[in-house]
Amino acid sequence: MNSVTVRALLVRGMLAGLAAGLLAFGLAYLIGEPGVNAGIAFEDSRSHEHGVEVVSRAMQSTAGLATAVLIFGTAVGGIATLAFCFALGRIGPFGARATAALVAAGAFVTVCLVPFLKYPANPPGASDPDTVGQRTILYFGMIALSVLVAIGLIIIGRRLAGRLGNGNAALATAIGCTAVIAAAMAFLPAVNETPKDFPATVLWQFRLASLGIQALLWAAFGVIFGFLAERVLQPHPTRSAQGATEVPGTA
Amino acid sequence: MAHSATAPSPLSTPVTAKLPNKLPIRAILPWAAFFGLLMLVLLYFVGAEQGATSLFSGSGVHEWVHDGRHLLGFPCH
Repeated sequence: MNSVTVRALLVRGMLAGLAAGLLAFGLAYLIGEPGVNAGIAFEDSRSHEHGVEVVSRAMQSTAGLATAVLIFGTAVGGIATLAFCFALGRIGPFGARATAALVAAGAFVTVCLVPFLKYPANPPGASDPDTVGQRTILYFGMIALSVLVAIGLIIIGRRLAGRLGNGNAALATAIGCTAVIAAAMAFLPAVNETPKDFPATVLWQFRLASLGIQALLWAAFGVIFGFLAERVLQPHPTRSAQGATEVPGTA
Repeated sequence: MAHSATAPSPLSTPVTAKLPNKLPIRAILPWAAFFGLLMLVLLYFVGAEQGATSLFSGSGVHEWVHDGRHLLGFPCH
């Protein structure tokens, strides 16, 4: 029964991720593509060696972008659903929707916002192609660290809550986690490779767009998956919604 | 449908009775192991293949997901 529930949630989580990815693709096409194009224009203005175009820009900015964002949405939707399964009933007295919203918000902060503060998204032409190996290790390392700290926050927070009360425990763990993340950011090597004449507005708008796309994806996932998960976990939503007022003694 | 736990009830049992049950860890683990890995492989192909490391030669995968890779925040070329 419970294994079946996990499967049902996983299917819906991946579909919610796919739907969120579709919305994110729309936003990426509208507000992200101008930055990509401007970055490529800057790249072309500096180097005169044009390699063979493997995939045309028209395909990259439409079908290619859609493939990437939809696969990304489905995959993170699946992983977030597994996190939801662990979190449900274990992070506090929250129902399906609230848990889904908390997991989505937590995932956005953990795997997107925190790594972004140290290693933000870059448009084409703003990085040194020769350092991609190092940048990849640092970026994924930062995500791994952020996820570990977030898991630690939940475990330690739950333990402290018994002793200090919920408010103090939340405050203490939040301060502790911020300190660990801040120390890690201070000691990890910086990546400052943007050429001096790279247009600042392109860089700024590209990064804002990148953050906005991720924020939309996670917000949409939280809402859509919360709706679907509630229907799985509470098989008769319409009936209980109609008998909306207090129903005492039905436990 | 609010599942608010702050209902003005002195007893906690009626509130917790409305909340969904915990899913047992042993029911989650097989799904987490298999699908977690599968999802990470998908993320690898969107985010890193033919950048820092290559499973396939050439640059077809990299070029196809190029714009998404940049906009989703992954390090690209």
